[in-house]
Amino acid sequence: MAHKNGTAPGRTPPPQPREGEELPPLEIPVTRTLIVSGALASRDFQDVHHDAEAARAKGSPDLFMNILTTNGLVGSYITRWAGPHAVLRKVAIRLGAPNHPGDTMALSGRVTAVTPPGPDAPPGEGATVEVAVRGANRLGQHVTGTVTVTLREGAPE
Amino acid sequence: MSAANGVGPSPGQDADDALYERLRTYAGCPAADAAHGRDPVNAPMIRHWCEALGHPVPPDGSAPATMLQVWTMAGLARDGERASGAPTGQGGRAGPYVELLAELDGAGCTAVVATDCEQEYVRPLHPGDEITFDAVIESVSPRKRTKLGTGYFVTTRMDVRVGAALAGTHRFRILKYRPKPTGPAAGQGAHRGGARRPRPVVNRDNAGFWEGVARHQLLFQRCAACATPRFPWLPGCNTCGSSEWRAVAASGRGTVYSYVVMHHPPFPAFDPPYAVALVELDEGVRIISNVTGVRHDQVRVGMPVELEFLRVDDDLELPVFRGRA
Repeated sequence: MAHKNGTAPGRTPPPQPREGEELPPLEIPVTRTLIVSGALASRDFQDVHHDAEAARAKGSPDLFMNILTTNGLVGSYITRWAGPHAVLRKVAIRLGAPNHPGDTMALSGRVTAVTPPGPDAPPGEGATVEVAVRGANRLGQHVTGTVTVTLREGAPE
Repeated sequence: MSAANGVGPSPGQDADDALYERLRTYAGCPAADAAHGRDPVNAPMIRHWCEALGHPVPPDGSAPATMLQVWTMAGLARDGERASGAPTGQGGRAGPYVELLAELDGAGCTAVVATDCEQEYVRPLHPGDEITFDAVIESVSPRKRTKLGTGYFVTTRMDVRVGAALAGTHRFRILKYRPKPTGPAAGQGAHRGGARRPRPVVNRDNAGFWEGVARHQLLFQRCAACATPRFPWLPGCNTCGSSEWRAVAASGRGTVYSYVVMHHPPFPAFDPPYAVALVELDEGVRIISNVTGVRHDQVRVGMPVELEFLRVDDDLELPVFRGRA
């Protein structure tokens, strides 16, 4: 159905998810490289994120993923689903069981709210969607959170 | 829920927490004051971050929104800055926050993990944007016991700006904790080391049950008046009120009636995750116990189980149930 923010010629319309829709799951291998490069790319030099011995001295069995990387992975999961032109409005996460090397994090998501674009929304803007996200590893829930994202039509093919 | 590591701000609060009375006075104090990002938003850092995380590079060249905090990070340079006594503190951290962290370090809470991050994105950041940020200490929790160790949750809230325009807000919670001592037994299950399982309270009403366990029998009671079986042991019958009963040895066969998987909080002598099952015996009574022989995530309602006895330590043996999946 076309609305007043209708899609411009040559552009793909914004996705139209329904409340309750499940996002395709995504499995992320938690490698030592991902943990260390994610920490350093986010300028987080806490030794527990790159030095296994230092992590053990602080009571952890091995180094573990930093929260900025987890936050980025959650954002990435939503962006891949919503398309590169979608705009993240809010990401709120809580960490649980740590992501240690050798584990796999299974990300899943469910649409919990869909708000249609308002009358003043710019052309090409779609619904604003709230997604409940979970990332589970073999120890339990690594991350739980909520992401709010505004969908947009795609660029011309 | 529970974090890193089994941490979460709810469980395990202690009484008699004098340090907390001092720490809580930091609430409302600045954590960063008109601090500047080390570098302007720039394409190389965006590309490195996207490569590291496998994140799509935004088609318009802007920074991924979830990089918001990255532009505020002090990086390794903060140590050099501390040595030089720069008046702005560590990477733009304001005096009270540095003091708060130092006070926690001084109390032995030298380790840190982040537990919560809530970000709102007001406008995208582009290469060339120079960011500034202010942050306030929102709250300090009372002392909490977590799986990692005992410590305090500190919550800060930051506004990130480009010029006068708000780019985003960032609420962040860390746990500053006293690391548990480590040794050869450190790591997963380290807490099993010294701690012993809780001892049963044996009294006149249930002594017969524990005598049965010692003989490797699982005894329940059957009312002598109405024949209703009951467990756990009680002086009287719930059905007819009679105080006459006899002890009956269970066959040992049963099924999982219900179960939970314990992840948190961790208790001494227990090693999460583990399944706690409500087992229904063929004779009709139910008992809470552990299921052995199957992984915690393979326990299912209706799973047939068989009684066995687990020697926990020199002084304690417990009836448990082996899954027959």
